[in-house]
Amino acid sequence: MIRTYALLVWAWTRAAAQYRVSFALMAAGAFVIGGLDIAVIWVIFANTDSLAGFGPAEVMFLYGTSELAFATSDMLFGNVDRISQHIKAGTLDVMLVRPVATWAQVAADRFGPHRIGRVVMAAAVLGVALARLDIPLGRAWMVPVMVVSGIVIFTSMFTLGGALQFLLTDAPEVANAFTYGGAMLNQYPLSVYDPRIVQGLTYVLPLAFVNWRPGLYVLDRPDPLGLPSWTGLLSPAAALALAAVAALAWRAGIRRYRSTGS
Amino acid sequence: MIDAAELGRVFRVRRQVVHAVRDLSFHVAPGEFVACLGPNGAGKSTTIKMLTGILAPTSGRIRVDGLDPARRRTALARRIGVVFGQRTTLWWDLPLRDSLELNRLLYKVDRKVFRDRLDELCVLLDLGAFLTTPVRQLSLGQRMRGDIAAALLHDPAVLVLDEPTIGLDVVSKAEVRDFLRRRNAEHGTTVLLTTHDLGDVERLCRRVLLIDHGSLAFDGTLDDLRALVPGRTSIEEVVTDLYLSSRGSPRTPPLPPVPGGTSGTA
Repeated sequence: MIRTYALLVWAWTRAAAQYRVSFALMAAGAFVIGGLDIAVIWVIFANTDSLAGFGPAEVMFLYGTSELAFATSDMLFGNVDRISQHIKAGTLDVMLVRPVATWAQVAADRFGPHRIGRVVMAAAVLGVALARLDIPLGRAWMVPVMVVSGIVIFTSMFTLGGALQFLLTDAPEVANAFTYGGAMLNQYPLSVYDPRIVQGLTYVLPLAFVNWRPGLYVLDRPDPLGLPSWTGLLSPAAALALAAVAALAWRAGIRRYRSTGS
Repeated sequence: MIDAAELGRVFRVRRQVVHAVRDLSFHVAPGEFVACLGPNGAGKSTTIKMLTGILAPTSGRIRVDGLDPARRRTALARRIGVVFGQRTTLWWDLPLRDSLELNRLLYKVDRKVFRDRLDELCVLLDLGAFLTTPVRQLSLGQRMRGDIAAALLHDPAVLVLDEPTIGLDVVSKAEVRDFLRRRNAEHGTTVLLTTHDLGDVERLCRRVLLIDHGSLAFDGTLDDLRALVPGRTSIEEVVTDLYLSSRGSPRTPPLPPVPGGTSGTA
């Protein structure tokens, strides 16, 4: 599956290389759009010293970890949630008769290297936040772990969204509400929201495990929900559990596939 | 090579049950060349999709080269070649050669074996002139030849083609037909194709499967099919009569010939 994915990504990157100017403009655009989010955070802190008890560097840390995980997942695997287009155009049939994993083919299809712009912006924000926070090594090791877990969580969400489209071909936006919407929620400390939302994001859709729960551990903050701080370390477990659910849903979706008329 | 027994596929469309295929049984021996005919919506494509593992049947049993397609789809993909006349399996933005090379890697074909096969296919399908052209710039005839080459690079035992001559001009059609006949004769590749072009059937197939309302209406040679409707000699008239009777509408009297046309010699 990894080999298939790498081969196809390389093919699409070469295809994209035919349009160099377009690549440069779109990469710059993705970078700037990431920068707009930062501008919003800057505007907020121009008016207040803290957001739900978090200082600017801490908010940037929460933003950077979630955004880095989301942008990476979106760049590498986000096309999985475009499967309804493949279903409608009949191109999924073509993928199904190749001797390689369908998921890898859908994920790699139309791979857009320009999305690296947003990843670079997110990494820069996280870098600045870490430089200002001075987190001891005893907790800093969790930072790469939470980013990787976050990538797995968002990728699983994209996959679940894709699997849902085997049932609801006309509703890819339903899935986007959870993937892109989830990424937006995570850009701020979750304590700014109603506790019931935070509970939902902890126990139902484990989006709180992308940056909020492990972030509280890294920042050494008490949990407003009152959960012990070691629950922040459960991110990899939450990511694997969601990945397993997503894999099963994807399989069921392929099995239920109905194809098009001709 | 292909074994279908009481094959059925049901679709639920707005709480209504539609039997796209029902109780379909047939057997194709290795090396056979079979055409699958039937009116639009008869269930030909659904059958092809069940043969290739794209769709799981809702009833009955199917085996292709000994494998259950829906359960062993990826394993089967290495042993069959599939060509869709209405959509390409090539990568739109890549030159044809790169698309074929990518297929080589996905099908894990040895580099040297691949080169020999590609050389052979290049000669037989006359690919040389457009190997370095991006697929999106190919004419339909060129693209179809490229698609056929892509489906054969892993030397499959079975070649399945869904309307391979649709939209092709007479010369391109003849090239595709000649190639398929040679492939079947020289490599012993089992070929199953669906078509609406009766010229394909007359020039290629010893055997015809006629699918109508999702089930098998006829299975036999072209001569047997002709004998089915007494008084009609051309295969086109025979099939027209069969399709019309399946639809339940009477045959309309033929229109007068086009003025100045050369009707009757076609």
